[in-house]
Amino acid sequence: MVDLHLTADVASPGERAAVDAAIGPDGAVVVHESERSIVAGRTRRQSRRHWLLPALHALQAEAGWISPGGLNHVADRLQIPPAEVFGVASFYGLFRTDDPGHTGSVTHVCVDPACEIAGASDLADELERAGSAVQRGPCLGQCERAPARFVQGRGEPDHVPADDAVPFRLPRPGQPHRRLTARLGVVDPTSLDSYREHGGYGALTTAIAMGPDAVIEAVTAAGLWGRGGAAFPTGVKWRAVAAQPGPDKHVVANADESEPGTFKDRLLMEHDPFALLESLTIAGLATGAERGWIYIRGEYPLATSRLRQAIDQARAVGWLGADVGASGRSFDVELRRGAGAYICGEETALFNSIEGFRGEPRNKPPYPTTSGLFGRPTVVNNPETLVNVLPIISAGPAAYRSLGTDDSPGTKLFCLSGSLRRPGLYEVPFGTTLRALLLAAGTEIDRLRAVLLGGAAGTFVGPESLDLPLTLEDARAAGATLGSGAVMPFDDRVDLAAVVTRIAEFFRHESCGQCVPCRVGTTRQHEVLLQLRPGRPLADDRRQLLDDMARVMLDASICGLGHTAAGAVRSALDLGIIGEST
Amino acid sequence: MFGAGGGTSSYQEIEQTDLIVLWGSNAREAHPIFFHHLLRGIENGARMYCVDPRRTASAKFADRWLGIDVGSDVALANGVGREIIAAGLADTDFIRRSTRGFDDYERAVEPYTLDRVSALTGVPVAAISELAHAYATAESAQLLWTLGITEHHNAVDNVLALCNLALLTGHVGRWGSGLVPLRGQNNVQGGGDMGALPDRLPGFQSVADADVRSRFEEVYGRPLDPHPGLHLTLMFEAMARGELRALYVIGENPAESEADIGHARDALAGLDVLVVQDIFLTRTAEMADVVFPASVGWAESEGTVTSSERRVQRVRPAVVPPGEAHHDIDILVDLAHAMGSELGPRRPEAVWDELRQLSPVHRGMSWARLEAEGGLQWPCPDLDHPGSPFLHGWLWEDGLAGREPAPFSVVEHAGPTDVLTTGYPLRLTTGRALDSFNTGVQSGALDSPIRYGDELEVNPDDARDLELDQGERVRVCSARGSVEMHVRHQPDLPRGLTFTTFHFPGLVDTNVLTTDAWDPKSGTAEFKAAAIRIEKLSAHPQGTAGG
Repeated sequence: MVDLHLTADVASPGERAAVDAAIGPDGAVVVHESERSIVAGRTRRQSRRHWLLPALHALQAEAGWISPGGLNHVADRLQIPPAEVFGVASFYGLFRTDDPGHTGSVTHVCVDPACEIAGASDLADELERAGSAVQRGPCLGQCERAPARFVQGRGEPDHVPADDAVPFRLPRPGQPHRRLTARLGVVDPTSLDSYREHGGYGALTTAIAMGPDAVIEAVTAAGLWGRGGAAFPTGVKWRAVAAQPGPDKHVVANADESEPGTFKDRLLMEHDPFALLESLTIAGLATGAERGWIYIRGEYPLATSRLRQAIDQARAVGWLGADVGASGRSFDVELRRGAGAYICGEETALFNSIEGFRGEPRNKPPYPTTSGLFGRPTVVNNPETLVNVLPIISAGPAAYRSLGTDDSPGTKLFCLSGSLRRPGLYEVPFGTTLRALLLAAGTEIDRLRAVLLGGAAGTFVGPESLDLPLTLEDARAAGATLGSGAVMPFDDRVDLAAVVTRIAEFFRHESCGQCVPCRVGTTRQHEVLLQLRPGRPLADDRRQLLDDMARVMLDASICGLGHTAAGAVRSALDLGIIGEST
Repeated sequence: MFGAGGGTSSYQEIEQTDLIVLWGSNAREAHPIFFHHLLRGIENGARMYCVDPRRTASAKFADRWLGIDVGSDVALANGVGREIIAAGLADTDFIRRSTRGFDDYERAVEPYTLDRVSALTGVPVAAISELAHAYATAESAQLLWTLGITEHHNAVDNVLALCNLALLTGHVGRWGSGLVPLRGQNNVQGGGDMGALPDRLPGFQSVADADVRSRFEEVYGRPLDPHPGLHLTLMFEAMARGELRALYVIGENPAESEADIGHARDALAGLDVLVVQDIFLTRTAEMADVVFPASVGWAESEGTVTSSERRVQRVRPAVVPPGEAHHDIDILVDLAHAMGSELGPRRPEAVWDELRQLSPVHRGMSWARLEAEGGLQWPCPDLDHPGSPFLHGWLWEDGLAGREPAPFSVVEHAGPTDVLTTGYPLRLTTGRALDSFNTGVQSGALDSPIRYGDELEVNPDDARDLELDQGERVRVCSARGSVEMHVRHQPDLPRGLTFTTFHFPGLVDTNVLTTDAWDPKSGTAEFKAAAIRIEKLSAHPQGTAGG
């Protein structure tokens, strides 16, 4: 616990300064009040553990890796055993625990399907030839501008070259009904005044007047369900947390958008950051939680800075703080950056990550509504889910239900990338057919071979499903999923076996390894796919192995990653995309 | 305390208490098993204050460490007591109903103002006040101490000063609240229970009590001496005077563990007869006329041990003693036989039953019950009694169950006898390390990756002023003698304080330095407070290449 045994390695002055700045003036656990009186203890230690992730970010940015000396300094400041600090640091893709051997920035290049189709490998080779340090890795959430790059800065801030190079605009066709994206490209995302001019904080004002019960009632009546992939009714979740006593509760925006092919939350946060803050505040007031958190993936530097700016502005004028919007209620938001771990999008893994532990999922129950962040009742919602609350409160549930279907009311954000001419974010009413969506995005329907719905954790559908109405109920009936809203068509120029194998590789890499079914299952699945020969059928015993693995992962994995890791592969096999003679 | 020779509480209580005050105890290293219970308490939400001259490994777990000057414990305790009274936080109902002597106590502690106590102890005023308020307002609180309290010339005063605090706040005789002296070995408590005390018969019964004596005499079949014997320190003084001529040592190594060791060895060497019974050929055994090789208590013997929570537990042999080693009971019975006396049956259960017959607190602990119930905590007066998780519940009963109220004690600050002077300007205190046990008889043969030997730990700033390098070999001198040791810089020590263990007497005779001052009330020696100076062995540090 706390009689730490550190190695002799010492942090550089720069590393010390970076860590101390990240954890703040009261971040250190041990306080030498005088030579004869020293304060420390479990309460201080526990209440500061959550600074571990920011401290590691600071070290990584300063030194390019988590050096032994820097690690010792973090361990000492936060009174965490150095082995645990190493365990956390080595969990994340954006932290290095070995000396990089150079002092420059690192360019991450996405090699997942949409980017691969767009020439990611060539880009990576080219960057390397030009002398950049390149790391090939999973989806960076920029599929609409593939191939994607993210620069992990050293001596410069983290940044995405495309943020400066490509002016933002939404694709126009096929989007007459824009609710969630109405302000995108219109409002000045850096200005609270501009947000106010475009109707911002009207919903919160209304919500304060309505009171918590009525807000939850409206969200329930609107039939809103979660957009992160699990489609759980939002009102039920809010009601459960509201029913828990006391103000020591949390609402969390799960902005760790890492599902390959998904970038909707990034665009919402980059171009309408106050909307997420406003809706998170409504969630806090409705559920009686006094603390809000935004856990944003580490590869989203622009969204991160815009949200930070928005939080500061909202705090300055009282939209956050001790008396939110003159409601007499206290609510504030803290932002945390992830560090390159797909699994941290799983809600309980996300809690562990914020709390300063390895981002490994917890067993459920207990569910977050009773024991979530820091063991307290917690609402976790996807940003898209949260911003849906604004039109529900502003216009009322009935108006909200004027679009979509009975079971899937409202609109849905779809992220289109892959074999199409107009990749981008599309907001359409539920019930729009897959064909209409693909046509709007410029897919050549006659060359279409398969569509991946919901990202790597989703399912493939074939051209015969083009008339599938995109609703929760229709997707379920078809054995498919909308998942996170990623829609990725592939035409006859794409090596689908390579796409499916890459998905299997992705899960093998992203499995946290905590539970055996997922750790072994994702590995075996990938191994079988690597044995596939083009145009050759899958041997019966290999097929049987995949089926067995899929079943074990579904039955016995701790979290959704294992539950969904075999879905895309199996649907590809079922559709004959892979493993059959062509 | 209050007439019973054991800690008041169960281990389980520290897991459930609200406040832990660890005073003069480095349990993390010296009582690692107990410390696991303590850590569970901390994990369950207990706050901990640690009072110790050193910021020990244990202190690092505390919410606040109070770095007290060595030997100023009474001053701090009195100051805490005064602050509790002054702040109106004393449990006046409890004091009125269950204690006596409060008025005298209140008068006695009145001069111990926060400012004065801060000057006497070196602890800041705010920290003293915080400890007082935390202890007084806690729902339940455990006050624990070890040798940092008792290895002083005023050990009993130190203990009484702490007991006063419990009486002041009612933190005794209730579940979760208690006074807990931690014992140094698995069976220190058992030794006392069985009468290995100069003035007590088994079960803490006084040898001066004629009724008690007559019961023992009836069973033993011979008259007993009504006069108390000598405790260890008095024995050595009697040896030095030539009055004590023969010594039978069972499982002790005084030739290495006594304070002012030169004096102690002279005394042992001057005996007519020295008999040693031990599991190793210790330094003391080497001096003996006769050595009885004994079996190991925990692996080769059958019997009982009693832990610090007064729990009597069965132990069983796992292996046969090697060579000529014999069970302690056999050695004693055979020796008695050779001397023309029969002690009775050798069977451990029969010996135990004889004890039960004579010691009321053990009477209900049948062999079968000890076996079936995983041990029992005394007092356990009859077969239907469940044992006693905590002591002194009577303090809270109506009419105190017919007993006398518990007394406050007036005790005054008296610093260490070995005062700091310009000749000996540094304070040396001694203690234990996690991986070694006392003089190393039982632990020295085992390797450990975290063993440094007996180094002299020095505050880094003091080391800088004295130009002492890390690892430098120096001469450490007290008024009694000097030894050579290596220096180790230790930022966890306040300035002016030095520290060493005494686990490796073959390498460093630490107890050459310690003082032979001892507490006339308990017989414990002042291992914790010597005055020393450090001398460099050469004027200029050696070994810098090219220098």
